[in-house]
Parts: sequence; C-alpha cells; structure tokens
Amino acid sequence: MKLTNLMTSAAVALGLATAALAEDPTKVGFVYVGPVGDGGWTYEHDQGRKAVVAEFGDKVETVYVENVAEGPDAERVITQMALQGADLIFTTSFGYMDPTNNVAAKFPKVKFEHATGYKRNTDNVSTYSARFYEGRAVQGTIAGHMTESNIIGYIGSYPIPEVVRGINSAYIHAKKVNPDVEFKIVWAFTWFDPAKEADAAKVLIEQGADVILQHTDSTAPQAAAQAAGNVITFGQASDMAEYGPKPRVSSIIDDWAPYYIARTKAVMDGTWTSTDTWDGIGAGMVGIGEISDAVPAEVKAEALAIKASLADGSYHAFTGPINKQDGSAWLAAGETADDGTLAGMNFYVEGIDGDIPQ
Amino acid sequence: MDLSAINPALLIASLMVAATPLLFAAIGELVVEKSGVLNLGVEGMMIVGAVAGFATAVETGSPLLGFVAAAGAGATLSVLFAILTQYAQANQVASGLSLTLFGLGMSALLGQSYVGVKPPQMQKIDLPVLSDLPVVGPILFGHDPMLYLAIALIAAVWAVIKFSRIGLVLRAVGENHDAAHALGYKVVRIRILAILFGGACAGLGGAYISLIRVPQWTEGMTAGIRWIALALVVFASWKPWRVLLGAYLFGGVTVVQLNLQAAGVAIPVEYLAMSPYLITILVLVILSADKSSAPAALGRNFHAAR
Repeated sequence: MKLTNLMTSAAVALGLATAALAEDPTKVGFVYVGPVGDGGWTYEHDQGRKAVVAEFGDKVETVYVENVAEGPDAERVITQMALQGADLIFTTSFGYMDPTNNVAAKFPKVKFEHATGYKRNTDNVSTYSARFYEGRAVQGTIAGHMTESNIIGYIGSYPIPEVVRGINSAYIHAKKVNPDVEFKIVWAFTWFDPAKEADAAKVLIEQGADVILQHTDSTAPQAAAQAAGNVITFGQASDMAEYGPKPRVSSIIDDWAPYYIARTKAVMDGTWTSTDTWDGIGAGMVGIGEISDAVPAEVKAEALAIKASLADGSYHAFTGPINKQDGSAWLAAGETADDGTLAGMNFYVEGIDGDIPQ
Repeated sequence: MDLSAINPALLIASLMVAATPLLFAAIGELVVEKSGVLNLGVEGMMIVGAVAGFATAVETGSPLLGFVAAAGAGATLSVLFAILTQYAQANQVASGLSLTLFGLGMSALLGQSYVGVKPPQMQKIDLPVLSDLPVVGPILFGHDPMLYLAIALIAAVWAVIKFSRIGLVLRAVGENHDAAHALGYKVVRIRILAILFGGACAGLGGAYISLIRVPQWTEGMTAGIRWIALALVVFASWKPWRVLLGAYLFGGVTVVQLNLQAAGVAIPVEYLAMSPYLITILVLVILSADKSSAPAALGRNFHAAR
C-alpha cells in the first residue's frame, strides 16, 4: 500500500511538474484505435494532428498513442497523457467514451474531446462527430445503380448507432434507385483487423455481392475486391485512391483538420467550452472522394446532385416516408429525422433483413 | 435466412487459406517449445516476415522470392531472441514480448513506402482436369503452393520428431537439458537452431497474410493472430497433427461464422464472433485429456556451468 501511495504521489508530482514546465507550448494529445498507417480512420485523424502542428508550429506540442484497445486500457493511456501535462486530449474512437469521461472527472483542468460519442458528464468534455450518413446516401445511390446481382455486401464494425445509421442511409438510397436491392450485413466486431476484414469481403463476394461497403478502418476489403475482379468498393474514412478507378469508385473522406485547429486555438485563447459538434458535407467535415470513370456519367451526375442538396441543406438523408424494420411508421412523408433519434439509432429501416446484435 | 447462398466447396477452400498463416506460425513455435524454449515473439517475427516478404515480392516481382526473404527476415529477428536468451541468459518471456514490440515497430518503419501498393500475385497450382473437378477441385487442387508447403511442413515435423534421431535429441534437450548436456549434446546450439526454424516459419506465416490472404501491406496486420498461434501449441499438447486440426478448426469457424452472418442466420452475432476461439480451445482441451504434458524444461534457461 505504502509503495502504491508513494508512486501515485510521485506520478502526480511529476504531472504537476511537467504541467508547469509545459506552460508555454500547448500540449495536445491524441488517442488512436489503430495504427496511423491504416490508410483509413486513424490515418485521417493523424492528418488532422499534423495540420494542428503545421498551423501553430512551436506554440503547440502534440503526442499520440496508436493501437489503444477500447476499454480499460484506454483509461490508462488517457490518464497517462493527462499526467504528462496535456492541455487538450482527443480520444478518437467510440469505445473510449466511458474511459474519457472517467479520466475527465479526475482532471478538471484538462480539456477532453471525444469523437463519435454522446456522453459529456463533466464540463471539460466535448463530443464531436461527422455526419457520415450523408456520405452513405451518396454511396447508396451509386451502389444501387451499379449492382448487377442486386446484392450489396456491408462490413459493419460494431453495432453502434453511427454504424447502423450508415447502413440505413445507404440502404434507403440504394433502394430508391433500385427496388430489387438486397443488403447482406456482416459484423466483424473489430475496427481494424485486415485479415478478418478481407475474409468478410471474400465471404460477401462468394455469396453474390458485387458491391462492398465497409465501416472498418483498413484497406483490406479493397484489396480483396480487387483480387475478386468485378466488384466495386468505396473508400472509408480516407480516400483510398490507390484502389481506384476500380474497385474503389468513390469514398467518404473525414476531414478533422479544421475542427482540431479551431479547438486547439480555443484552448490557447482560453475560450474553450464543452460543446457537441456534428457537421456534415456542408461544413466540410465529410468529403466525397472523386467519383471514378468506372461509374457512368448519369449516375455520377445524380450522385453529385444528392451531394449538393445535402450540402446546402435542401435535402435530408432521412426524409420520410420511412418505416422501421418491423413495419411501424417512423417518419411521415416529408418529415425529416431529428438529431436525437439519429444519435441513438438502434433499428433498421423497413426492408433490411436480419437483427442488429444487441 | 438463406443457407443455399453458402457454397460448401468455396467455404472449405477459403477456410484452408484462412488457417495457413496460423499453421506456419504454430508449427514453428511447436519445434521451439519442444526444444524447451518459450518464444512469445511470434507476432514480431510474423509481422517482420510480412513486410519483408511484401517488399521483396514488390521489388523483384516474384512472390516466391518474397517468401524466401520472409523466412530469412523471421529467422534474423529470432537471432536476437537467441542471443538474449541463450547467451545473455535473459528471461524468455520478457525477451519474447519485447521481440513482438520491436517487430511491430520495425515493420511499421520498413513498410511506410509500401502502404497501398499491390503485390504480384502468386500463381495457383493449376492441374489440368483435377483443378476443374467439381467440389474436390477447388478444395484439394486449386490452391497456391505455400498452402501445400504448410501441410507438408506439419507432416515433416511430425515424422522428424517421432521417428528420427534429430527429433529424439530435440526432445531430450527440451525435457531435461542437464541430462542432454551430460550426454554430450550441445544444448545451446540445438536450441538456437530450433529458434531459427521457428523464426523462419513465423516469417512465412506473416508473408502468407501480406502476399496471399489479404493481399496488401498494412501496419499491424497480424492483429488477429496475436495469441492464437501460441495458444494452439499448448492446447494441441505439442502434437503436430493436432496443430493442423486446431488451425483448420479455428480458420473454419472464423469463415463459417462470417458466412452464416451474411446468409442471415438467426444466431446472435456475439456468439458467432466468439465461436472460433471457444470451439477450437474446447475441442483441443477435450483431445488433450490423455495427459501429454509440456516439455519439462520449457522456459528454463540453460547454462553449462550451473
């Protein structure tokens, strides 16, 4: 007991000392769920970090930890960062939600930013996310037109609202342009495991899918689709342009840089407050990658029209009439979904087979 | 639910591919452990093999050379482990774990310029008539040569350990290194050779992932096989054929559960997702009821003067 006490106080003293020393440059920490070279989700967050460095130069010092498992291990890593004097910490995966809030409660002077979550238990926690489902609407439109087998494979990561929203949005828009379309959904239960993601893609292709949508972080499904031949895919989180013009025909690109720069600036100026940010195509947080020549011109034009209407707000990706999977009414004709329902979305829309793992 | 969407022949063919990296890594580790050394650095050697094999295959255009380089790279990294544990008498567990961390870091560094590059494809063995047979064709005759090499390796290790003098010496060193030393066997030399063999096998397993199973290079791409290769050796009670069984079972359930999900079977996905680990370990535990135990000197360092 004595030893642990001693170590704790030593650690606290060390933390205080470094905090005092680090008063000059603002120290910003990033916690990543995969490696920065994953070519997808974590890669884009790290691009955001680099943009912060480029913007502020010597006035900022950034640290990051890769491959942090969601759960208790994350709490240890975040605590460590706070002890090392970080002023602002971005935790960039859904599963860091509780660890982030737990650590935030212990370090009231440190600001925390949690990506894709919804818990802000103390006023030093902000949440931020992007409206990826707007990008999924564009993807669904292209996928519905392009599929010949009418089977679209979808690799889900974890059954959380963000992923379910993406599935629903893609399905609604694929169905709209192709009433015969069918979704086959496989849950990988991982954000990053190239071998497993490739297996999932292969299984879906073997079962007849000729379009693969993924909500996992690596480029492995792209490689599997390329090896299989006549299959198209979409870049996820990052452009994944190296797999274009086919299989990758377009992509959803996350652009975190402006947000990271703005929040770091707010900490420097002392104007940081707890906020909940959820921006889409319009604000530039979600980008649509170049639609390749493998897509016919009229499909491309239709996809870009949807993108434009989502961007200027004239169209909402969830516009009624939409029923839930069990047939009960969700949105009446012309009605659009409210953010609260979207944030906690835990149901499929009518027409999708299968259950969401609970 | 639509089970007819699942093609059993394709399923079995893809489970063999999914199991092969595991097979390479586990059979290498089995030989290492038979010699009384516990090398927890399997993942480090695999990932270094994955990147070395990938880079070589891309630069030379030959996947076969890639595999040779992968085996070399895995063995080279294992030299580090051999020096630490056999000469410096370092703790095997700690050395093995640090080997994994070192391998992950080094491979990320080496692989930076290979992210997003497409490797040359390895030709599948194409036997006229045989490969075109329905069902049997894709299962038995439609694979790449490395998959057959993995199975041959299992058979070879089994035969050597069971029937040859070399196997007897290896086992003697692993069971009681003092007695083996007293009989005049070079304990350290034999162990180093076993470690090198294990490293080469792990390297091949890694390259199989980056060149054939996925195929691409991504940092940390061996993530899914992290501990299962080690667990497999233990649960297979150090018997080569059980390693094969365990690896195919694990690969099989992994592929089957994805197939069932895609076909919309009404089993909760959580159960499906954990099933590969559960079923493999369960079956092997039942099989290992015959009380064959670990090599007696496993994990213990040997020094002639002690």
